[in-house]
Amino acid sequence: MTSDVQLATRPADVSARDRVDAAKNLVVSFVLNGKPLSVAVAPTELLADTLREGLGLTGTKVACGTGDCGTCTAILDGEAVRSCLMLTAMVAGKTVETIEGLAGESDIHPIQQAFIDTGAVQCGYCTPGMILAAKALLDENPKPSADDIKEAISGNLCRCTGYTKIIEAIDKVANAVA
Amino acid sequence: MSATGIGAAVRRKEDYRFITGKGQYTDDISRPGQTHIHFLRSPHAHAKITSIDTASAKTMPGVLAVLTGADLAGDKIGNLICGWMIHSKDGTPMKMAPHPAIAHGKACYAGDPVAVVIAETLGQARDAAEKIEVDYEVLPAVVDPAKTQEAGAPQIHEVAPQNTIFQWHLGEAAAVDAAFASAKHVTKLDIVNNRLVPNAMEPRAAIGEYDSGTQNFTLWNTTQNPHVARLVIAAFVGMAPEHKLRVIAPDVGGGFGSKIFIYPEEVVCLWASKKVGRPVKWVCERAEAFLADAHGRDHVTHAELAFGEGGKMTALRAKTIANLGAYMSTFSSSIPTYLYATLLSGQYDLPAIYCEVDAVYTNTVPVDAYRGAGRPEATFVVERLVEVAARELHMDPVELRRKNFVKSFPHQTPVIMNYDVGDYDASMRKAMEIADVNGFAARRREAEKRGKLRGLGYSTYIEACGIAPSQAVGSLGAGVGLWESAEVRVNPTGSVEVLTGSHSHGQGHETTFAQLVSERLGIPIENVSIVHGDTDKVQFGMGTYGSRSGAVGMSAIVKALEKVEAKAKKVASHLMEAAESDIVFKDGQFTVAGTDKSAAWADVALHAYIAHKFTGAQLEPGLKEGAFYDPTNFTFPAGCHICEVEIDPETGSTTIVGWTAVDDFGTIINPMIVEGQVHGGIAQGVGQALMENAVYDKDGQLMSGSFMDYSMPRAENLPPLKIDTTVTPCPGNPLGIKGCGEAGAIAAPAAVINAITDAIRTENLAMPATAPAVWAAVRAAAPALAAE
Repeated sequence: MTSDVQLATRPADVSARDRVDAAKNLVVSFVLNGKPLSVAVAPTELLADTLREGLGLTGTKVACGTGDCGTCTAILDGEAVRSCLMLTAMVAGKTVETIEGLAGESDIHPIQQAFIDTGAVQCGYCTPGMILAAKALLDENPKPSADDIKEAISGNLCRCTGYTKIIEAIDKVANAVA
Repeated sequence: MSATGIGAAVRRKEDYRFITGKGQYTDDISRPGQTHIHFLRSPHAHAKITSIDTASAKTMPGVLAVLTGADLAGDKIGNLICGWMIHSKDGTPMKMAPHPAIAHGKACYAGDPVAVVIAETLGQARDAAEKIEVDYEVLPAVVDPAKTQEAGAPQIHEVAPQNTIFQWHLGEAAAVDAAFASAKHVTKLDIVNNRLVPNAMEPRAAIGEYDSGTQNFTLWNTTQNPHVARLVIAAFVGMAPEHKLRVIAPDVGGGFGSKIFIYPEEVVCLWASKKVGRPVKWVCERAEAFLADAHGRDHVTHAELAFGEGGKMTALRAKTIANLGAYMSTFSSSIPTYLYATLLSGQYDLPAIYCEVDAVYTNTVPVDAYRGAGRPEATFVVERLVEVAARELHMDPVELRRKNFVKSFPHQTPVIMNYDVGDYDASMRKAMEIADVNGFAARRREAEKRGKLRGLGYSTYIEACGIAPSQAVGSLGAGVGLWESAEVRVNPTGSVEVLTGSHSHGQGHETTFAQLVSERLGIPIENVSIVHGDTDKVQFGMGTYGSRSGAVGMSAIVKALEKVEAKAKKVASHLMEAAESDIVFKDGQFTVAGTDKSAAWADVALHAYIAHKFTGAQLEPGLKEGAFYDPTNFTFPAGCHICEVEIDPETGSTTIVGWTAVDDFGTIINPMIVEGQVHGGIAQGVGQALMENAVYDKDGQLMSGSFMDYSMPRAENLPPLKIDTTVTPCPGNPLGIKGCGEAGAIAAPAAVINAITDAIRTENLAMPATAPAVWAAVRAAAPALAAE
């Protein structure tokens, strides 16, 4: 156990909803969207649940719970991961980015803007995961080929768009003339 | 065209909340004091429930209630219903079996709910469900629609001997028989339209809440049609009076038809919320969705097409068995009948058509409308027949189509539909040009040098959208009217709220509907809000399905806008002290003809409300109008899709190397949004043709019950898509809109299979054409290929 994971010692660490489960006895510290925080969780708690229910960050979606659809994608230390398959305890001491952390106070991220400009959003449910998968790709490979883009989002399902405009959006950011 | 008006590729107003993670879907909503419900589902496809013991489950931690079908019946909660009456050819009504929201006495498919647990947490509800003891007497099951009517097949419902729901027909049998008797050539095909799982990315979800103070119920629900849900739950299920039930459909993450229906889970959440006195939340898990969401397609068809001299089509006949699953879902009866057989004329001038449809029960989850709903099945039948016929007749498939296209309008088909307008050859010509059909032979030769097989497949499809004239569908058995409502509320500052009965779950109505208002009223699109999805805010409306919201929903808005403009002119005439007949309204300005007097939209809006310039005797204050729009005909989007494939004969793997779609959707409001919807539809059609298949084993267990087993199209499965349009505006509605949402899913499967069979020179290929299936077909066709 790293120093970022501690057993909760006081009932005050336990939120109201845990009167029922009463098992959130692990305090996990990590950096979320640029801000350090500590959160009391159950040892078995999944990162997706901590984000959505514990922290109220519902931009992260859970559409399969088995790691097959990518709607729960978060970025962990620069890598796109499935937050529905990770224990929150596993992110102790690490850096997590979610869709809520992408936009600045006054402007949105270029990938977000490209999704709007190309019409890459329809129902919006896969969108946060797609954008985060795209960000993880572009952070590592700023000039991806079309195949690189398809590969990067191959784990993210979308039922509305046929992916065409999503690929176009990511390509637009990557190959934008500065 | 203004920058935000009709025809402009306006960026979507709704996108900001989606790209920042601020969308509010049902699962994102938490109610104070909410509890969680878990549905215990039958593991057997067909079983008598001899007893259910809930005693130990009730003692588990956190459990608030454990409820069964007996409790539901005890509270006199009504059954779920199918809202479209179909009569068999002998005049008898369809055999609708009772469908309780929780199975009572018998489970009819693997996944049928048999009990529920409501607990403080979802984990507790799941744990407690493990303690429910259900004794089943397992019965033999039947899942194959082609076998369920056989003597000796397990009988699923007492009301339906031989598991037959109806034996329906359409068209003139005698005329068709005569045409076949004198035919020069007959093409015959046996076709299975494979069963699909909708898999909208957002799983279904519901929160039921009962307020004991007001005796009001509220349901947050992933529905495409909140008012219809409220009506059915009130009038048929009997949960609450209609005016005491509020249904809210917040952001909904895709529907494709699967969220039209009234399902057991939302009914149970409402009922349970009153039982436990707290909100009850259910969110479907994906494995549960595979088992419990209504599936699509699942037709078994024998079809024949007769030709006279020179490749002229003379008649078509089809016999289809349609699997409706274990119970009749909300609109299930209408899909394989009036949304299927009525489209069997395709784009062709076919003098005679006869179609028989047997709808059957099986021990599978119900089957209902899905992304095209009947029209993909019809198009697949027609376009496969035409392509095969061309090969048998040694005719160019393009020439055979062209020879038989409907060329003058209006055109009355033998199967009800009256095509209002179209130019099918124009779409085909344009598609052929874009697809470089002339260069195909060279591409095929080049591929052959590399040991690959190339094929080209066409699909010239038609669909009936703009659903639908109420009186017409009423005469065909619909239990509802299919008009749409709209209300335009102008605020004193001149901003506008439009309340629509349509519901957006990915279609972008907040943008396209606002484009219409911005253009008509000459106001910035930012000053327009579209309100939908809440029965407390919006008056009764019919919802979104069948590509109807542009053609029907927007037409209702046009009607309401016309009334608003008329009223605003009256206000302007008082404001500018001019005769009403002299007031001209253009680009957001009211002017008095022949003078320099003018008033801005916002001034008139303000004066409508402050009412200082007219008396109550002269004019009612305010500026708000409503309208209902009932279409006078269906609309008929049509087009041509051309698919080019390359097959590796060593592995059977198919690569789609080119896709061209030229569609005629009539007037297009927002080309960016339309393109996206076409892309998505094509992806679904390619998925159906190459990958997707819902498979039950003989005992009724769903073998393809997860994303690991059911192959969904992913980014790498789709080719670059070339999309274009031709335009013949629809004469039947004020904007000329036909509809675009389902076109790709309707057109694509036949284009893919026609291309593959063209490449491998065989017609014996079923969907999905997976690599093993294509490999086997290539082997079987080897002699024919070698002979070329």
